[in-house]
Amino acid sequence: MYVAVKGGEAAIANAHRLLADRRRGDRALPSITIEQVVEQLGLAVDRVMAEASLYDRALAALAMRQARGDMIEAIFILRAYRTTLPRFGYSEPIDTAKMKVERRVSATYKDLPGGQLLGPTFDYTHRLLDPSLIADETVAEPVVKEPGEHVMRVSDILDGEGLIEGDGRMPEGHVMGDLTREPMEFPMARDLRLQALARGDEGFLLALAYSTQRGYGRTHPFVGEVRIGEVEVELDLPEVGFAVSLGVIRVTECQMVNQFKGSAKQPPQFTRGYGLVFGQSERKAMSMSLVDRALRTDEFSEDIVAPAQDQEFVISHADNVQATGFVEHLKLPHYVDFQAELDLVRRMRRDYEAANGSGEEGMKEAAE
Amino acid sequence: MSATEKLEDLPEEAAKRREAMRLLARASLAELETAWEAIADRPEIFAVRGPETGLVMVRGRIGGGGDAFNLGEATVSRATVRLSSGEIGHGQLLGTDKERARYAAIFDALLQTERHRPAVEALHRLIAIRIDAEDRRKVEETAATRVDFFTMVRGDD
Repeated sequence: MYVAVKGGEAAIANAHRLLADRRRGDRALPSITIEQVVEQLGLAVDRVMAEASLYDRALAALAMRQARGDMIEAIFILRAYRTTLPRFGYSEPIDTAKMKVERRVSATYKDLPGGQLLGPTFDYTHRLLDPSLIADETVAEPVVKEPGEHVMRVSDILDGEGLIEGDGRMPEGHVMGDLTREPMEFPMARDLRLQALARGDEGFLLALAYSTQRGYGRTHPFVGEVRIGEVEVELDLPEVGFAVSLGVIRVTECQMVNQFKGSAKQPPQFTRGYGLVFGQSERKAMSMSLVDRALRTDEFSEDIVAPAQDQEFVISHADNVQATGFVEHLKLPHYVDFQAELDLVRRMRRDYEAANGSGEEGMKEAAE
Repeated sequence: MSATEKLEDLPEEAAKRREAMRLLARASLAELETAWEAIADRPEIFAVRGPETGLVMVRGRIGGGGDAFNLGEATVSRATVRLSSGEIGHGQLLGTDKERARYAAIFDALLQTERHRPAVEALHRLIAIRIDAEDRRKVEETAATRVDFFTMVRGDD
């Protein structure tokens, strides 16, 4: 028999009203605007977009404000929102070679075409808390310089010698998968894994990437290049018979180059891991590329000896919306489940005491 | 045959329309409204589809140039309109701004009329100049952060 327990409506309504109050905070302070969040907390906005797997800076900022800055809650809200929208189609693949580069660094070549472009980076800052930011001090305009030559891809440089594997190809006849349309199945092809990693939790992927560096599935990585910038998104328009630009999005791309000593089938060469993420997030793109490479064990006949190489483990646990749903559901009422377990433990305890009790009796008897 | 392969063979008119759509997708609401207000004897506009907001799954390529994979979705707003003179226009752009999408569709339709073409082309130039200036500025700011390496010879001989 199932007995529905009702009640709590008033408590829930009041709790949500209290949440709205706490979200707004001190009324004497001005309310933060969406534009301010987009402009001044841009990297948080980018993270919400990337892990929600939905590119829309204004909506991501709105979700962050609604979530009081709780990133995973904001990601959850944005994911839920996307389910309410129809799918118009699939874009043409974005061309990162034509990126309007805002930052590009390579750890493998010092003097490469296009140069080392630092862009707006935290690197080389001293990480000292800056009290001058408490006051709204005037910020100097950026310095400008005449641009140099085209920013060439690092993978194309190495490719000339044939010492590096090419850009990733799927097996002949492979049909591209879409995680938002089909349930997950393992083993999972690389295209689907990349989709899952692109929206995976930054902290989880960072930890896994770090584990490969510490020896749990070592991949001998070098950053071939990291680039950040805008690319055009084009959609084929059957009504007019050609693909049209919908505008630009900012993405971060990481080409990780990994030493590979060769196998029975392949000569020694550099292999690659790939990272591509919405917004500006090189930590995530780098982590993604390290994990992508670690997961390619089947292609290089590598033994799976570490968590980062186990695709079922990595992909099944990378999604923070799924993860938080399952962990956090534990706080919801489990009264009936717990009563049943309580009953069971009581019975087991009675049996245990009865058995131990009789055991003691038996020993006493034997002693007498 | 993919759409991108077709591009080289695109007839001149189609290539022009494609470039116009690229610019309209990045037009601000203010630019569109001002241009619309400036047009004399505006035709009547009928909605054929939308304006509506939906999603496009953005694709990337493995390794940057390999086979495609699904990266994640983006919000897209689109509209299709018909002018009282019969021309059909399509507007589509990133984001949830349906009003901009509707204007983009209107100007796509107006481009096909002899009468309004000059006004629409003036709008295109305005948008192009702004985008080019913004892009140029960003490239120059980035260029200023380029590292100029120099080496220091240490020790004697």
